[in-house]
Amino acid sequence: MIRRAALWGAMLLVLAWSLGPFLWQGLTSLKPTGELSRLPPILPTAPTLDHYRGVFEGRPFARYLLNSAAVAGGTTLLALAVGSLAAFALARLPVPGRRLILGLFLSITMFPPIATVSPLYLGVRALGLRDTLFALIVVDTTFALPLAVWVLTGFFREIPEDLHRAARVDGCTPFQAFRRVHLPLAAPGLFATGILVFIAAWNELLFALTFTATDRSRTVPVALALFPGLHEVPWGEIAAASVIVTIPLVVLVLLFQRRIVSGLLSGAVK
Amino acid sequence: MRPVLAREERAGPAFVTPALALIAGVALVPMLGAFWLSLHREMPVFRISRFVGLDNFAFLLRDPRFLKSLGNTAYLTFLGVAIETALGLGLALLLHRSFPGRGLARAALLVPWAVPTVVSGRLWEWILNPSYGILNHVLGTDLNWLGHPSLAIHAVLLADVWKTTPFAALLLLAGLQVVPRDLLQAARVDGAGAARTFFHVTLPFLRPALLVVLLFRTLDSFRIFDVVYVLTGGGPANTTETLSVYAYKLTFSTLDFGYGSAVAAVTFLCVLGLSLVYVRLLVGRRA
Repeated sequence: MIRRAALWGAMLLVLAWSLGPFLWQGLTSLKPTGELSRLPPILPTAPTLDHYRGVFEGRPFARYLLNSAAVAGGTTLLALAVGSLAAFALARLPVPGRRLILGLFLSITMFPPIATVSPLYLGVRALGLRDTLFALIVVDTTFALPLAVWVLTGFFREIPEDLHRAARVDGCTPFQAFRRVHLPLAAPGLFATGILVFIAAWNELLFALTFTATDRSRTVPVALALFPGLHEVPWGEIAAASVIVTIPLVVLVLLFQRRIVSGLLSGAVK
Repeated sequence: MRPVLAREERAGPAFVTPALALIAGVALVPMLGAFWLSLHREMPVFRISRFVGLDNFAFLLRDPRFLKSLGNTAYLTFLGVAIETALGLGLALLLHRSFPGRGLARAALLVPWAVPTVVSGRLWEWILNPSYGILNHVLGTDLNWLGHPSLAIHAVLLADVWKTTPFAALLLLAGLQVVPRDLLQAARVDGAGAARTFFHVTLPFLRPALLVVLLFRTLDSFRIFDVVYVLTGGGPANTTETLSVYAYKLTFSTLDFGYGSAVAAVTFLCVLGLSLVYVRLLVGRRA
């Protein structure tokens, strides 16, 4: 009985610690401005959506959301396309230096982004790609590739090799075997990888901060990091904006919990 | 069969090429570029670009701000990774038991992991606000968490631990599945207590998962940027400035690409050194 109570207590603690800070942000976003600067009340006495309106009125926030969606979506598609092709080759085709290549991908995950950001900035500027979503997508894709290739190589290896041989004997080219046999069978793996890549790109700050210059390509994390207000910090709007960017992720997490965890694990443990 | 095989031999390298081209062009070449820049006095806005050899690196040793940022990074990394691993282990052991609502707790744990780091910086900034923050209200204190030199770095630590512990917990939870149940039962039958069972049965099986957690968390923590940038901006008085934040400011505020790259290069070398140590530990055990 006591053990049971202790377990429940511990679990409540886990819930409070994990969700509490974010829920507090949610409550803040609903408080009228006057209640932001005093405690109590803990709960908003008259919940209002004013801050949500304010987020979209003071700045082109819808544009930032669209930019973020384009960057995260584009990165996910490109990383899955390039990554799955490479992973298929590394899992099923003869590739000279296979181990070396896998090792190279793994070592890239250890790169501190700060060590590449200034040459990349100079390169992007020289190519006239500054302030474009394209530059961000290419860079985010590159740094998502190691994870994508590792996870997907694992998934392709689990597909019985006989299927590959059968497809080849039936006259499929290597690309057809990839496209018609392996890709559909590895769909759960592609999905798990895609979610991980999407979340990483949606959240990315450093490259977005340096490559973007104007509202044309600014993503939500950059906007949120640079939220105006040296003197009067708009706490309510910051809270509302935080909730808006995080909600899609929370929905993804709650819907696809198992797949995310399995993707994370196969990325880390192999 | 011959033409089929020849096709496979051509296809393999061809399929890997796009990925390798991106890695080479967008990660490796810029990395080398950073080392190249670090050997120069390089300020593009003033059209200054001149080779200075290792001058930038010599200057690092005499730069108290660099040494401070190195110290801050090491402090955050070692303390942060220790706390995250310990807390993660506790959470993993808790979630490993079966009880109603375990799935809910597991899903809740993914929320801090998924929250953008910028958002986590912003929400802790609000919680820790000296005048209106809920933490001071709950504790009944009047502390300036983000403005006091010795408190601010621990505020960063708190925000980082909150965001990254779930990752450690989930990996360790997976590690716990490997521990054979009959061995745990045998230990109990033999009269070993919970602590002895943990140290003599569970922990040895958990070792690889622990090392992986330590490796990933250490490398990730050493390049910490987002949360510091948002929460404190490196202040007050550079007491929370990390290597990545200092390198970023040097490059994009001072516009000193040469010296900024030297700091970035040192960050890279530190991460490389740390990963070699871990890989040795991991591989050494397996062999």
